[in-house]
Amino acid sequence: MNLAYYRRSWTSRAMAALTMLCTGVVLTPLFLVLAFLMRTGLSALNLEFFTALPGPAGEPGGGMANAMAGTVILLALAAALGIPLGVLGGVFLAEYPNTELAHLTRFTADVLNGTPSIIMGLFAYILVVLPLRHFSALAGGVALGVILIPTVVRTTEEIVRLVPQSVREASLALGIPQWKTTLRVLIPTAAAGIVTGIMVGLARIAGETAPLLFTAFGNRFWNWDPLKPIAALPLQIFAYAISPFDDWHRQAWAGALVLVTLVLLVNITARYAARRQVKLR
Amino acid sequence: MAGEFGALPFIYGTLVSSALALVIAVPLGLGVAIFLSELAPGWLRVPVGFLVELLAAVPSVVFGLWGIFVLAPWVRTSLTPLLTGTLGFLPLFQGPPLGIGMLTAGLILAIMVVPFIVAVSTEVMRAVPTMQREAALALGATRWETTRSAVLPYARSGIMGAIFLALARALGETMAVTMVIGNVRQIKASLLAPAYTIPAVIANEFAEATADLHVAALIYAGAALLLVTVLVNIAARLLVGRVARAVAIGE
Repeated sequence: MNLAYYRRSWTSRAMAALTMLCTGVVLTPLFLVLAFLMRTGLSALNLEFFTALPGPAGEPGGGMANAMAGTVILLALAAALGIPLGVLGGVFLAEYPNTELAHLTRFTADVLNGTPSIIMGLFAYILVVLPLRHFSALAGGVALGVILIPTVVRTTEEIVRLVPQSVREASLALGIPQWKTTLRVLIPTAAAGIVTGIMVGLARIAGETAPLLFTAFGNRFWNWDPLKPIAALPLQIFAYAISPFDDWHRQAWAGALVLVTLVLLVNITARYAARRQVKLR
Repeated sequence: MAGEFGALPFIYGTLVSSALALVIAVPLGLGVAIFLSELAPGWLRVPVGFLVELLAAVPSVVFGLWGIFVLAPWVRTSLTPLLTGTLGFLPLFQGPPLGIGMLTAGLILAIMVVPFIVAVSTEVMRAVPTMQREAALALGATRWETTRSAVLPYARSGIMGAIFLALARALGETMAVTMVIGNVRQIKASLLAPAYTIPAVIANEFAEATADLHVAALIYAGAALLLVTVLVNIAARLLVGRVARAVAIGE
């Protein structure tokens, strides 16, 4: 055992320790964010927060009920646009994987997935707000829907690909046409996985703020009309975070706690569901 | 604001904050990726990978909130005095401790893009054929020498792709940056000074822009951002695709 060997073996160990240190450093912010959310957010959570409208500026009290309802409405609008397009696109990619159009679609979906969300806001502004001449829930839904599409496309593709070839062949052998095989056999078989992918996609857009700033715009009151400006939870968190009032800061933390709990729950559930599906195979 | 719109401070702020984020996030992300793909025991690999994924799932407005009330005060009271005390002779670290500014934006961007570097790098490193590693180990290489000489070169273009992907994210990230960068249109050598980015100016001014030229200028800035991020994304996809093909041919 010579000196060179010791040096090399210790270098190896030092580098291993260094990568572990990196892992610790990277995960620290996650725990810090969660810890501060719990500490500050929990104390501001009460029934009023979930049932009341925002209070007048600077006065303590009030809640984010309209913002939560707004987020649900925006998600529904986004889902109406993003889910059909996304699922059908994903099925196409899985069933005709090597066509020219499939390569192009896959590439476009990936690039779209990496496009800044604020650009989608500008897109929805030009597409919906300019012709209507005012901000609206519909515009926000379009912005979020466009962000949802690529996520749903890629997860659907992955899941539908997992459906065994024999299932398709069995259906076709019974004389069922291709379109009916896709709609009645493939999609139901892959449904659980597709739904999981959609849930993760919805959780992602539920926290999007930038594309809503000049589409949904925000609203201090209840609104059920898709053609009027509407409140959203992330918008409200942003507005309260940059406000000068302590009570609004507390409510921003509470809103963030609600949002993050939702997002993490969906992600953890999806993870669990995915693992069970893998085990079943 | 008399009908004149220049974008230089925004372009500068976008580029510098993203570069800063990458300088912090790339070494850290690669470290985590090497840990996850080469060193971590199986029982640790899955939960750690999942936690990194969760980091990517936290909405950016939440990072912004945390940035305003936790990170920025920490930068003001702890990090800035440390930097000005030790590296204060550099123009990069001069100026009053404000807490908000380029440095804080770079830090928060680094936290937000690191999961993308980790995810893609881990994936391309796992795609390196096991035979490569076994060959290096059989020649007497240590674990680290194997990683450095047999795994990293093979995965190099994929890792570049991961970095490009993270760059595209950093360039376009809006909310968290808007909340901590200070939103001052200026170009200062110091990283401690407030700055402004293209997404931030769109976020702050678009809803209130009434003059047609103002709206047009902001949309133009957005179009420039879109073009750059699309190009960076395409480069990233091509680089990652190259590793996938190399592996397909190699096996």
